[in-house]
Amino acid sequence: MSTTTPPPEHTAGPTDRSTAELTTRPTDRRASAGTGALPSLARVSWARTVLELRQFFRERDAVVFIFAYPLIMLAIFATVFGQGGATVGPEPGIPFAQYFLPGMVATGVMLSSFQNLALSIAVERDEGGLKRLRGTPMPPAAYFLGKMGSVLLTSAIQMVLLIGLGSLAFGIDLPSTADRWLTFAWVFVLGTAAGAVCGVAFSSVPRSGRSASAVVTPIVLVLQFISGVFFVFNDLPTWMQRVAEVFPLKWLAQGMRSVFLPEEAEAFEVSGSWQHEATAAVLVAYLVVGLVLGVRTFRWQRRDDG
Amino acid sequence: MSPTTAVHVRDLHKRYGPKRAVDGLELSVEHGEIFSVLGPNGAGKTTTVEILEGYRHRDRGEVSVLGTDPQRGDRRWRSRLGIVLQSADDQAELTVAELVRHFATFYPEPRDPEELVAAVGLTEKAGTRVRQLSGGQRRRLDVALGIVGRPELLFLDEPTTGFDPEARRSFWDLLRSLRDEGTTILLTTHYLDEAEQLADRCAVVRDGRVVALDTPAALGGRAARQVMVRWVEDGAARSTTTAEPTALVTALTARLGPGEIPGLEVLRPTLEDVYLSLIGKASDHHLEEVPA
Repeated sequence: MSTTTPPPEHTAGPTDRSTAELTTRPTDRRASAGTGALPSLARVSWARTVLELRQFFRERDAVVFIFAYPLIMLAIFATVFGQGGATVGPEPGIPFAQYFLPGMVATGVMLSSFQNLALSIAVERDEGGLKRLRGTPMPPAAYFLGKMGSVLLTSAIQMVLLIGLGSLAFGIDLPSTADRWLTFAWVFVLGTAAGAVCGVAFSSVPRSGRSASAVVTPIVLVLQFISGVFFVFNDLPTWMQRVAEVFPLKWLAQGMRSVFLPEEAEAFEVSGSWQHEATAAVLVAYLVVGLVLGVRTFRWQRRDDG
Repeated sequence: MSPTTAVHVRDLHKRYGPKRAVDGLELSVEHGEIFSVLGPNGAGKTTTVEILEGYRHRDRGEVSVLGTDPQRGDRRWRSRLGIVLQSADDQAELTVAELVRHFATFYPEPRDPEELVAAVGLTEKAGTRVRQLSGGQRRRLDVALGIVGRPELLFLDEPTTGFDPEARRSFWDLLRSLRDEGTTILLTTHYLDEAEQLADRCAVVRDGRVVALDTPAALGGRAARQVMVRWVEDGAARSTTTAEPTALVTALTARLGPGEIPGLEVLRPTLEDVYLSLIGKASDHHLEEVPA
């Protein structure tokens, strides 16, 4: 352990330190430096999760366009198109609000995971927040776990509110069997995870934080139109259905329909089946591809910086 | 490299395309000193510092920061550093106290967040969201986040840009108290008075290499000892540059005396004059050799 060599000479300066006094430890601080235990990954990840949640709910744009958006859309669509007992599908048909709920649930999952992370990370990178974090002993994994944790929590709260709104305000019958809720759980977790890792990977695409929402929002919007969220999937032209099948939102929405629609509605699916295996396969594929791309392309600094 | 060396750089090279940003730079910073890197924009200051901080990889050369190659720095190594980057406008929706407390969770032995907020003069702003802070307050928060882990070595990249004079003064006091506590500080700055006020030693960087390295008072070596003497003789302004002003004034007294020498001025070049001559932009005639 080295001792402090007095620096050559201290130039005299103002000596008033009333506002700038830092307490010095009685012991030689360097003697103990580098020996204290580094905080555990779990502890830092939890601190990150809490901070991310705080940040998210204080950002008005995020709260409106990510958190509240599906709730607002459900309220508007169910009110407008559900008038006079309108139904979807062959007789007796499914009440419009009930048909619309799974689409909004799927949209909520995508917004809270994909759109949230693609935008927030692009902005953090642009503003220098990521670079600042990289210069600390925060384990990089804690950053991603914090993002995941906050996404899962915001998304879960969003689901509770969305399903609650559907049930209480629009009288949608909620599933009563455990296997339905089990389906909900795996589609939700897999969809959120896939959306989150894809959001991390996609955050490197926008050239700047300011352009991020201009790049991300249209993609999300187009997916909503072609994936059976705003329109009944069966009513879409076949080619559009084929395009939508490439992206996860269609599968998320279909998986959620299998949770919230009555059993007879399965026959009304384009394929005549809920296709749970295909849904799981597509979501896992996005999870893996997003993870690989995210790990390979993630940058803590702006593109024009190092 | 002695055990008292905090930062050691030898023959450092880094190029971006055809541009040699760092071109054979050498310096070493001792434990416990405030070391200032001066230089114009584009001289390679930030590139060098970011190589030391582990943000950029060097092309070649030897670099050791607290005994570790920054390219292989781990969490333990990072916990001994404090980094204050040039500019950041992140985390706008969090409060000062929240951020300081949060960053404290990254370190093994953090400072007390409340004490630290007080030390940087932000107690009144502790509950204020970052986006509502002034530029100077924001910068002090940056420093608080940089020193919350009790770093042995603190990097500051142009810390007082945009400060009003009073804020700069209290900021300098803060840095001095950090040094008195034993923190080694590596500071890059545009402001010569800042280097003069704070630094134990200065390196002037130009075109990616160190062109001068000394205490602020001695910087520039011989040039700094060249003193300009001005006076009025036979109704005409006269001036000369000399290393022996006392001898010159004695000679003038003998020639023009007795009594006051009209218009006598003895001017030592300021650090700024020396600096400008070192970076090749002599501002006035101070350092030009004026024939006597």
